[in-house]
Amino acid sequence: MNSFNLSVTVNGALYEREVEPRLLLSDFLRHDLGLTGTHVGCEHGVCGACTILFDGEPARSCLMFAAMAHGHEVTTIEGLGSIDQLSPLQEAFREAHGLQCGFCTPGFLTTLTAFLKENPNPSEEEIREALSGNLCRCTGYQHIMDAVKLAAEKMNN
Amino acid sequence: MAQRYVGERIKRNEDPRLLTGQALFVDDVEIPGMLHAAFKRSDYAHARILSIDVSAARERPGVVAVFTAQDMGTDWAPGPPLVSPPPTVKDVTFHSRRQAPLVKDKVRHAGETVAVVIAESRYIAEDAAEDIVVEYEPLPVVSDLEAALAPNSPRVHDDLESNLAAHFFQKKGDYEAVKAQADCVIRRKFYIDRGAAAAMENRGIVAHWDEKSKQLTLWDTTQAPIPIRNGTAARLGLSDNQVRVIAPFVGGGFGPKIMMFYPEEMLLPWASKKLGRPIKWIEDRRENFYATTSERQQVHEVEMAFAKDGRILGMKDDFLHDTGAFDPYGLTIPLNTQSHIMGGYVIENFSSNCTAVFTNKPIVTPVRGAGRQQGIFIIERMLDIAARELGVDPLEIRRKNFIQPDAFPYHNVIIDQAFSELIFDSGNYPAVFEKTLEMIDYERFIKEEQPRLRAEGKHVGIAVVPFIETTGVGPYEGARVQIETSGKVSVSTGYGTQGQGHLTSFAQIVSEQLGVAVSDVRIVTGDTAEFHWGTGSFASRGIVVAGNAIHAAAHRVRNKVLKLASKVLATPEGELELEDGMVRVADIPTKSISLGELAALSNPLRGAVEPGTEPGLEATDYYGPQFGTTASGCHAMILEVDPETMMVKIKR
Repeated sequence: MNSFNLSVTVNGALYEREVEPRLLLSDFLRHDLGLTGTHVGCEHGVCGACTILFDGEPARSCLMFAAMAHGHEVTTIEGLGSIDQLSPLQEAFREAHGLQCGFCTPGFLTTLTAFLKENPNPSEEEIREALSGNLCRCTGYQHIMDAVKLAAEKMNN
Repeated sequence: MAQRYVGERIKRNEDPRLLTGQALFVDDVEIPGMLHAAFKRSDYAHARILSIDVSAARERPGVVAVFTAQDMGTDWAPGPPLVSPPPTVKDVTFHSRRQAPLVKDKVRHAGETVAVVIAESRYIAEDAAEDIVVEYEPLPVVSDLEAALAPNSPRVHDDLESNLAAHFFQKKGDYEAVKAQADCVIRRKFYIDRGAAAAMENRGIVAHWDEKSKQLTLWDTTQAPIPIRNGTAARLGLSDNQVRVIAPFVGGGFGPKIMMFYPEEMLLPWASKKLGRPIKWIEDRRENFYATTSERQQVHEVEMAFAKDGRILGMKDDFLHDTGAFDPYGLTIPLNTQSHIMGGYVIENFSSNCTAVFTNKPIVTPVRGAGRQQGIFIIERMLDIAARELGVDPLEIRRKNFIQPDAFPYHNVIIDQAFSELIFDSGNYPAVFEKTLEMIDYERFIKEEQPRLRAEGKHVGIAVVPFIETTGVGPYEGARVQIETSGKVSVSTGYGTQGQGHLTSFAQIVSEQLGVAVSDVRIVTGDTAEFHWGTGSFASRGIVVAGNAIHAAAHRVRNKVLKLASKVLATPEGELELEDGMVRVADIPTKSISLGELAALSNPLRGAVEPGTEPGLEATDYYGPQFGTTASGCHAMILEVDPETMMVKIKR
């Protein structure tokens, strides 16, 4: 199998790796770099759990090859905040009970981090639209809505 | 108790890990030298296997092994029955047919495992699974429940005379007698379709047999780690204590993850032991739709007898239940349906035949509700229909028939899924109902809103659905609680967690007993090395059953703390308080000792532990309820329907 020399910045650190051309970006992040916070729920771009920020824009890492990230910047859930220092959005999710099993949560957080950056004062309708590409099966959408509103408030103060 | 912890609004202990991608899920487990499994599955729902050619797969570089049923030799055996039919229901017929690790002769549902490939990477394993050529003779499929029982129907299991999987009959009172006196008899037929739980995290297993330590470690997205450990040990001829099952963070359970002994759960440990290498298998979404269990399909023929004022005289419900291609989970679901089809109402006369049917569909095991909502849906529909036909207000017909608050414990005579009498322990159904009506502003909607909206040409309606939910059933759960010398508390229970917030709610129970911060209580759920007694997470019974076990263990630790502190502080136990991680003398706050110091004193390095006492501030306890608890609630909703598209919009 031929290989590809990949150079990619993930969460601010530069990684150089030899990868198979067909290796998915999600698998590269999870299994090659050990950044297992990016979760894989459907592997065909429907559930949104694997969403990462690709040059700041939300993207499905299961629909991209690792090679496509060559020369780009990727931010994963691990790059948004830490256990000791949660981001305002992460803190809002905690306060508003915006997660139950937490499997879909990384995808929500990356999607919404980009969303709130672009739209710091979203309406309820706009939040619903922003969430529409991410699935949660513990049926926690209402609390996720609350969390986004709370995060917007926090970030504006 | 000085400070309340239970019921307080607090932040969850598990969240920081989950919010930052630091929580361990099964697919996050990486072990050096780990292999990857992929399955060759049947695309046919019903077909005889004529041949399987795995030669190309075996030759693919990176493939370590390919196994078919043939290759398993004498190790091939179907999974164990999980829940046997209730011995307490008289004259029950039950044909036990269980799923096998790999199909031998014919496939009985799409997605059944025909072969497994073990390879150096998942990519190679999946390529090699595609290399496998299976020659099938397709057979006519059994899908419709009613047609499945016709004499000329194809059969899912050739050795049975029909597709009847089980039959049982339950009754109370005499339905036929009250029917003869009824003012009104309503008959309806209900078809309820299938649905999938579709947890966000698919199933997954990592099996690691370590040849040198002779230990098998299994990370599994299971809701029942302890039965998986015991069953795996039995299948592999190992001691229970040679097998450690860890159900770490699990991304949603909803029932299907308790279907212990999926084919993959039987194969991975076996293959790991055979090859002496760790092996990972992570289900993909396509597999999840047809290889993970699902639920709900039933056909009910219901009859209810009423007096003209709306009083229920009796109910008869004969129903078919789809169990899919196999029935490892026994009759839990249809028993739940029977236990809920009378709702929270007084129905003195009841008669119900249940017939479970084999079909060429994925195996049926409990999914979110486990048969309960079929029952509730039907009784509530029947009451609405009866109200209309009798000219009685739909609220009045419910008020008239509710089990009254002074009637508990209410004996419902029939047998429930726990194989004991269906007893509702407590409740106040009328109060919950009236409160719901108030909250949705029922009167105003009916009198003002609806007429106005109807006049505007809008199709807007209201429904109010009270329900009961049996939960909190046995057999039991257990827990161990230990105060460490740091003053922090460690708790372990076999009750696994799939998003319920146990790392917080269980901690609250301990905090209240021991007077420590919730964040200082470390909870481990679902690791058999930490605690190895228990059954599993099902029936929404975590807080009732595991919570009570944790409470009992924490209470015993509290007693040990008081006993030791009384000696150390030379103060009677009755004058001591546990607060802020300290034991204090109530009136003299300066006279105190920390829990950590007490823990150190309880485990001396010199001297002697007194005979009859145990070292450490630790206790284990169990809880097994005699019968379950019955939750109740009420839903109300105002909906608008677009008559052209039939799209519904929830208004309130």
